[in-house]
Amino acid sequence: MTAVVYVPRDSSAVSLGADAVAGAIRSEAASRKLDVTIVRNGSRGMFSHEPMVEVGAIAGRIAYGPVAAGDVASLFDSNFLAGREHRLRLGVAGEIPWLKSQTRLTFARAGLTDPLSLDDFVAHGGYRGLRRAIELGADTVVAEVTNSGLRGRGGAGFPTGIKWKTALDAPAAPKYVVCNADEGDSGTFSDRMIMEGDPFVLIEGMTIAALAVGATQGYIYLRSEYPHARRALSEAIATAWSSGYLGANILGSGKSFELEIRLGAGAYVCGEETAMLESIEGRRGMVRFKPPVPALEGLFGKPTVINNVVSFATVPIIIERGAESFRHYGVGSSRGTMPFQLAGNAKRPGLIEAPMGVRLREIVNDYGGGTASGIKVRAVQVGGPLGAYFTESMLDVALDFESIAARGGVLGHGGIVVFDETVDMARMARYAMEFCAIESCGKCTPCRIGSIRGAEVIDDIINRRRPRENLEVLRDLCDTMKFGSLCALGGLAPLPVLSALKYFPGDFGLTPRDVDFIGADLTISAPGAASTHAIAGR
Amino acid sequence: MDARNSANGGAGWDARMIDEIVAGLAGKPGALMPVLHAVNERVGFIPPEAVPAIARALNLSRAEVHGVISFYRDFRIERPGREIIRVCRAEACQAMGAVALAAHIQARLGIDFGQTSANGDFTLEPVYCLGNCACSPAIVVGVDLHGRVTPRHFDEILSAIAPARQPR
Repeated sequence: MTAVVYVPRDSSAVSLGADAVAGAIRSEAASRKLDVTIVRNGSRGMFSHEPMVEVGAIAGRIAYGPVAAGDVASLFDSNFLAGREHRLRLGVAGEIPWLKSQTRLTFARAGLTDPLSLDDFVAHGGYRGLRRAIELGADTVVAEVTNSGLRGRGGAGFPTGIKWKTALDAPAAPKYVVCNADEGDSGTFSDRMIMEGDPFVLIEGMTIAALAVGATQGYIYLRSEYPHARRALSEAIATAWSSGYLGANILGSGKSFELEIRLGAGAYVCGEETAMLESIEGRRGMVRFKPPVPALEGLFGKPTVINNVVSFATVPIIIERGAESFRHYGVGSSRGTMPFQLAGNAKRPGLIEAPMGVRLREIVNDYGGGTASGIKVRAVQVGGPLGAYFTESMLDVALDFESIAARGGVLGHGGIVVFDETVDMARMARYAMEFCAIESCGKCTPCRIGSIRGAEVIDDIINRRRPRENLEVLRDLCDTMKFGSLCALGGLAPLPVLSALKYFPGDFGLTPRDVDFIGADLTISAPGAASTHAIAGR
Repeated sequence: MDARNSANGGAGWDARMIDEIVAGLAGKPGALMPVLHAVNERVGFIPPEAVPAIARALNLSRAEVHGVISFYRDFRIERPGREIIRVCRAEACQAMGAVALAAHIQARLGIDFGQTSANGDFTLEPVYCLGNCACSPAIVVGVDLHGRVTPRHFDEILSAIAPARQPR
């Protein structure tokens, strides 16, 4: 009898030695003359236990982890192939509380299946959404997406159905569907995990979008930092194409859809949708003025639906189960589940899909178990490098678009980065400006010059060079960037700075009184003549 | 295409190679990025001497091509070292000691970010997020991603990949 052993192919698992573990299992099995089939599954996202090896039937797979290549011989000695006891044994994978307590809709298959097996995908519910979409027809599909309440998971949170409806009603042809897979926010990896761990669900979601709006060509704009995702997606696209799920007359629908990957080249700003379009068209990734919105005049000037990987990957289950099944979860106008990504100094980091509105404390403390270093949590950044910092005492905030916005932050792409007591928040604030300066496309002045001045002014404050005056300059600068920038890069870069100032003034050598111009929602009061003198130089 | 081989810069390039790459991709809408990626991957960098041919084939000005090359961090205009080491400098990695790790790597290689060692062995590049944020700090050596990297771990990786090319 063949024993089946699962060793993740996820790049994070590989970065911790999963390939070596798979190799060790293969050679150990050979030397013991045991019949073992190794499946390279996706990751379940419990990275504190990666590389996590599983054995047995899919329903009751027994997990072991974290496994190093050096543990493999002892696993065989303990007869792990029969699920027996071992110091690394974690029990039935799906019963591990960290995983079982999650609400996995978008990530239902992640870690369970062989990501490159179309049969496995279909056996686990894949392509049911597309089949139903073909039966329902374009208008009903768009209505379902609208009614589900799905808002973009890439950062901006714009209602997906409205974008689709706009593109559907646009008369011009051809139309395009573009997937934004330029997942550049530090602390985020949900797009990567979908592309590496369940690539067919992204292809299915994009195909549903194409059929719904009448698009015939799709592009996945993939960041070059994700070579594993590129390989998995390329293979999945080829398989889908040769099996009739892409190309001409998809599943006998009479509709055609072609899909191609385009690689980014290391520019964070290309995650901004119009800069991304410029890049696909073969130009510098410079942000475009809006309007026109891309749904009307997007790629090559044609109607274009642009969504993030997770947004597209969530569509199949919405169409398969109906809008209500998704809407059921969440709070207020933040419906459904969100794949939160816990990263940085967390003891149990990883992918946590939970209903919108889950408390930040639940993610950081209950799932995360506090810090990896064992030192107290000091700051938590929510929503990527342009998101606000929160203090330990603010962790009861709910993670949904409105609750985070009420504290002046952004939910963004759902990244949550934990820092312990050793963090210097003045340095993190300076880094936010520095990052904005490095990544600015340069089109608008507030972002291009403001970020450079911002870093300089923070340096001055830290080094006690006229700190009060320079704080005023920083205040005006943040105000100018927030309201004068063309896109979210310059517009949101003040958030980490203002939140660091407000909650950690001591790190800048300032008092809480010094920063009382920053409101509880991070708005800036009495900015005065916000603009010219801030960027006039020292 | 093996990025490590190309990064090792073993193969030279000539005008015909560039023409072939461009001809194979010129029909794509927005072909410039795929062309530049292909040249960068195959040659290891984009030789400035190749720019006129790329511009001509795609009906662009040399300035337009140069503008795109200079915009993106991935596109190099000089031959990189035989081993490219990329170190993530973003927040999640900073939360786990990336600043100290970067200082260690700089000291160990004797070069700063953006530099290639004098003997052409190593190029050190910054990267802003590798999506390995749950296993930070992260680096890429050649084509291999590494997670939870400590200075000591880095030294081990270095001796494993390039025993003959230890920095002196």
